[in-house]
Amino acid sequence: MDKIVEMIGIDKGFPGVQALKDAQLELRKGEVHALMGENGAGKSTLMKVLSGIYKKDAGEILIRGKSEEPVGPREAQALGIGIIHQELSLMNDLSAAQNIFIGREPRRSLGRIDDAAMNRQAAELFAAMHLDLDPAVLVGDLTIAKQQMIEIAKALSFDSEILVMDEPTAALNDAEIADLFVIINELKAKGHGIIYISHKMDELKRIADRVTIMRDGQYVGTVEAKETPVAKIIAMMVGREVNHEPLVVPDLSEFPVALEVRGLTRGKEIRDVSFDLRKGEVLGFAGLMGAGRTEVARAIFGADPLEAGEILVAGETTRITSPYDAVKAGIGYLSEDRKRYGLAVTMDVAANTVMPNLERFTSSTGVLNEPAIDVATSDMVDKLKIRTPSIHQEVRLLSGGNQQKIVVGKWLLRDCDIFIFDEPTRGIDVGAKAEIYKLIEDLTARGKAVIMISSELPEVMRLSHRILVMCEGRVTGILPGGEETSQEDIMTLATQRETTQQNAGNMQ
Amino acid sequence: MTASVDVKKEGGFLAGLIKSGAHQKLLAFASLIMLLIGFSLGSPNFMQMSNMIAILQATSVIGVLAIGVTLIIITGGIDLSIGTMMTFCAVISGVFLTYWGLPLPIGVLAGIGAGAFCGFCSGTFVAKMKIPPFIATLGMMLILKGLSLVISGTRPIYFNDTPGFSEISRGSLIENIIPGLPIPNGVLILFLVAIGTAYVLSKTVLGRYTYALGSNEEAVRLSGVNADRWKIAIYTFAGSICGVAGVLIASRLNSAQPALGLGYELEAIAAVVIGGTSLAGGRGTILGTLIGALIMSVLTNGLRVMSVAQEWQTVATGAIIILAVYADMSRKK
Repeated sequence: MDKIVEMIGIDKGFPGVQALKDAQLELRKGEVHALMGENGAGKSTLMKVLSGIYKKDAGEILIRGKSEEPVGPREAQALGIGIIHQELSLMNDLSAAQNIFIGREPRRSLGRIDDAAMNRQAAELFAAMHLDLDPAVLVGDLTIAKQQMIEIAKALSFDSEILVMDEPTAALNDAEIADLFVIINELKAKGHGIIYISHKMDELKRIADRVTIMRDGQYVGTVEAKETPVAKIIAMMVGREVNHEPLVVPDLSEFPVALEVRGLTRGKEIRDVSFDLRKGEVLGFAGLMGAGRTEVARAIFGADPLEAGEILVAGETTRITSPYDAVKAGIGYLSEDRKRYGLAVTMDVAANTVMPNLERFTSSTGVLNEPAIDVATSDMVDKLKIRTPSIHQEVRLLSGGNQQKIVVGKWLLRDCDIFIFDEPTRGIDVGAKAEIYKLIEDLTARGKAVIMISSELPEVMRLSHRILVMCEGRVTGILPGGEETSQEDIMTLATQRETTQQNAGNMQ
Repeated sequence: MTASVDVKKEGGFLAGLIKSGAHQKLLAFASLIMLLIGFSLGSPNFMQMSNMIAILQATSVIGVLAIGVTLIIITGGIDLSIGTMMTFCAVISGVFLTYWGLPLPIGVLAGIGAGAFCGFCSGTFVAKMKIPPFIATLGMMLILKGLSLVISGTRPIYFNDTPGFSEISRGSLIENIIPGLPIPNGVLILFLVAIGTAYVLSKTVLGRYTYALGSNEEAVRLSGVNADRWKIAIYTFAGSICGVAGVLIASRLNSAQPALGLGYELEAIAAVVIGGTSLAGGRGTILGTLIGALIMSVLTNGLRVMSVAQEWQTVATGAIIILAVYADMSRKK
């Protein structure tokens, strides 16, 4: 077998964190190699070392048997390494084609950019990917799913022999994932090597040949993907067994209604949405991308305006026109995009944790009570098992799962009555996922009401006492939780379109 | 897996200030020391007590202005109006003291209050009307320049009838206490404003939101914080600091010069940038700004003492701005 990448004994430290310690990885030609591990295990860091974004402290990188040390993404590209990052790095105000060919636009005489040729080449790339997309469309107008596809197209356009995909399916729906896997299999057949980072076990079984598992920045082992039981891989990842009990749906009919929503409407995104939510209940929001679940959540939270509709908190009509009003009414919202909407990443753990809550830690003269802030943050860090060297560590230096826990911690500390979790486990590993689930269960046990939006059906079904399904901005049904509802039931409602010939409402 | 957490019990506020400052501002501080050493070797006149005091005195107005605009820059904004705002405040003080003959403290408060009001206006334009800070404060810059000329009738207002006004900047309380150390009050005020603002930035809610808004405004809003109101508060506070600068310069010149002011804003912003505050927002310290302002005045003074032509002093100042920011950038890599 041809080894195209060998990484041996890689060390990488950041202030306060040893991110990689003697990490290793081997990629063969024509192989899909899954890289797995909990958040903070060092997967992304290892890939950033490979692609020259980080400089390793020690170790060796062999590309096609030759020792190399790429400095910067450009040099990595020249070595045939293409990387699709977890956080999309596209320019929103440029078109799809302009993004793909940035820095190497096809030229005409006198250095003029040949837009026609550029759009044609982009269209060819999309066609090869079975992607129905106009190359001239602005990237900022597309959904995250489509943007992800453009990232992949961009990496493919470099003809990279080594392709790194960091959670490429995190924002894709099932159909899009199937499309992506077709492309991956084609690339594999052509002899590309693909390093595939994902937390989804079923994908691993479907697509990967071998799996390398990392834990705490260290290499744990490499196993065959097909032959190795999932439980063993998980055990290798977390160093312990993870099991979960079946969902018991409690009888909540006696509980008071915490939130009632009547006739929420805004254009085509939200159409006459009504539901109620009881104390102690988890109401799951299921639906395809663009079904309007996040839009409803943001509207309830006052982050986006409404054209019509009524919101009743604990039975009383409440006027919510800004997040400020919503938080005052006891509603907390955990956004799906934590970097953009959830955290001030250049500030420390403590500052972020107390952000919605500062008045509780402030004297009448506006002076912060720092010892109290530190104590509250430390408690939260312990309670949520947030892995950070210090509560004064900048949030951007922590892993995705730990960042997500800080967002959760923000609202726990605020002690809201109604929690809206929007994709709470996106980009989070198995261990951290279980902790977030436990947390949601604890919240409802304490009488808090929870709305949970998730694109992963197993997750919705595992936690929800009732499941609200949306399609094209409408509520198409509310199903009971537990065993009586199947994935098929949910999917039927989620695809109940008004106009069948219309394309999926992915573009907004 | 258990989380390892250490809650550091930091020393007093000053220790914290010096610690965080020293950590981040080492480079700017080192450049300042190097400039001081360089100029002392270049000219024996440089390291004289009188010259050092002249440098500090020259720093006082720009320093106070720079401290004010540091707050705005940390929120991710910019304030181009601080130069003419300073003049406007001076003129308002002049109106209260000279035209209306009101007592000194009222005149001083009027100047500072005028600054706070201007800041409130800028903040409202930016936060409520969503006008980009660059444009909003560009507009304010012209409005205030015009108003200063209108109110004063384009003539300077002299404070000759108000005994004690010039003492605000030129007198020396310190010399009364420690004879032989004639540090002017203007310098004392600069350091008081610096310490006060550094305290606000690091220890109060206002300061916390200043950094948070610059770091991720949307996250602040979605945390249920009334972000607009806090932004207006920050601009108002910065405006009041600008008002202090206005009183200082009026006191130093013993007059309000309505045509003065334009250009001060850029010098102040330069000092902030040299001090390591990021124009992208979210980062910055008052100590850094103070050092930045000192670097600029040491440079100007040193080159003058070494008899470098005025034109070349300007060139050198420009070069040092680019060099300082470049050094700061490459250190961060």
